[in-house]
Amino acid sequence: MRHLRAINKKARRIDDLQTATDGDVVAMQQNANAAQRPHYPMGCSIVFSPGWEVDSSGGTAGLCQPVERDLYDCYISCYWPAQVPDHLNNYPEWTSKCAAATKDWRNIDLVFP
Amino acid sequence: MQLQLSEFHQFEAAGHPFLYLVPSGGIFAVDDLSKRAIALLKESPRDAKALLDELVAGGASVEDAKNCIEELVASRAFAPEGGWKEPVDEAPAKFPLQTLVINLTNQCNLSCQYCYEFGEDKVATPEGKPKFMELETAKQSVDFLFREAAERKSVHITFFGGETLMNFPLLKQVVDYSRDEAAKRGVTIDYSLTTNGTLLRPDIIEYLTANAIGVTVSMDGPKEMNDQLRVFANGKGSYDIIAPKVKELLKNHNTRPIAARVTLTNGVKDVKKIFNHLKHELGFHEVGFAPVTTSPNRLYAIDENGLNGVLAEFEELAYEYRDYALRGEHHGFSNVSDTLSELHQGISKSHPCGAGLGLLGVGPSGDISPCHRFVDSDEHKLGHVSEGMDTAKQQDFLKHGHIHAKYDCHTCWARPVCAGGCYHEAFVRYGDTGHANLHYCDWIRGWTDLCLRIYGEIATHNPSFLNHFEQRKAA
Repeated sequence: MRHLRAINKKARRIDDLQTATDGDVVAMQQNANAAQRPHYPMGCSIVFSPGWEVDSSGGTAGLCQPVERDLYDCYISCYWPAQVPDHLNNYPEWTSKCAAATKDWRNIDLVFP
Repeated sequence: MQLQLSEFHQFEAAGHPFLYLVPSGGIFAVDDLSKRAIALLKESPRDAKALLDELVAGGASVEDAKNCIEELVASRAFAPEGGWKEPVDEAPAKFPLQTLVINLTNQCNLSCQYCYEFGEDKVATPEGKPKFMELETAKQSVDFLFREAAERKSVHITFFGGETLMNFPLLKQVVDYSRDEAAKRGVTIDYSLTTNGTLLRPDIIEYLTANAIGVTVSMDGPKEMNDQLRVFANGKGSYDIIAPKVKELLKNHNTRPIAARVTLTNGVKDVKKIFNHLKHELGFHEVGFAPVTTSPNRLYAIDENGLNGVLAEFEELAYEYRDYALRGEHHGFSNVSDTLSELHQGISKSHPCGAGLGLLGVGPSGDISPCHRFVDSDEHKLGHVSEGMDTAKQQDFLKHGHIHAKYDCHTCWARPVCAGGCYHEAFVRYGDTGHANLHYCDWIRGWTDLCLRIYGEIATHNPSFLNHFEQRKAA
């Protein structure tokens, strides 16, 4: 809770119950007490696939279907060496023409290193 | 959704607003937005959407306002229309016994006028019963404790009287026997006793120290106060006899903290002076006070004005406790530490105390009673150690004492810690153990509010001090 701060032990139990009932599951996140907003789980390898349920904007348009979305996540938010163009160093512009993966996926082209 | 205020007590400490939630006993610090939301609902119940709009109009973001309202509902400071329904939990059918108070004798060498065992308001009916407990009865009591404790891994025996030390030989036999029985069962056991101090001797002190037996001494302060009512049968005061023995006890008994227990009466209510004498001049580890239990017409009874005066004195001493706590030091005013401990846990009592549940008393005859204050009273007998509990009578006692059976308590915010107050006090005042102690409601609310504010200050400025209260004290 952010507006009420638990002081005694009973209040902490009420707070925990509230979090367990309504809060997001934030297991293994670095900052579990951060304000809970729609978010990426940190690290795709810990997530049960398919589907991350919501994308970074809180909607469903960017979920793992269509298939390009999978590539996109490995490209934009994951440090893990994946079989996709490397966003940080060599191909920062790879998805610049793809505003919404559901519509613009054809604009994500092949790269030739 | 229509929202209304639920039950809580709002208080300020260290300049911050807090809520004490009822009946959960949770204590929360609230931010300005929550404070504003509470103030709005205090004006009148309103629709959640209307409340949200008002908070947003006051400058909050929609998300903050929404979260804030949700949190106030989730913690049950706010309720949907009609309020929250409190679950009715019945007294447990089987509750393992933890503490047995054994009255080794009902005889006493003092004649304190206010004594609840012998005085004008006594409930005991000792006629025709043994005055000293027999070894056989004591062994049966110990067996009874282990039987009723079921799966508990630690149990406690408190020795009581009359004057406990008038039957010191039996005390030693009970310690020997119960220690062997505990070892056989792989259970830990510890002991305490209450005494008037008159019979303490070096060998007794040595024994109590060696066996880590906790000691509470009943005495009422410096000579002029103690000797008003704590007298021998010939009317002579007891202070001069007790003082040197108590000093000897405090000098040598180092295995358990030694406490003093003071009974406040009409002529003895200078709390601060009594505390200073017992704590600083004699050297008790802690000192606890309670106003005398009596019908209101006794000469030594404290009337309402007197009680207000006592509360004012308690307040002064409690602030001294707070100052010590903020420096991280032990003070010794145990009324404060007892209440802070309950507030820290956030306990919400179904019954005012453990009597008849985790704690029972047993008289010299072997009769079982809800606690030591009802020992030897036929009316309150709950069985016999040789035959076991009269569970029907026990259930009746507990049902009667349950907070839900006390109509007057239903609208009181202090009920999580009070639950109607002492059964014995209620019986003496109203002839009914299940009656709420209405004569001290204002006192209890005043005291609880004071301790909440002190708790809030400690939580703000020296929260690590509250670690002392992390472990719940065994009842």
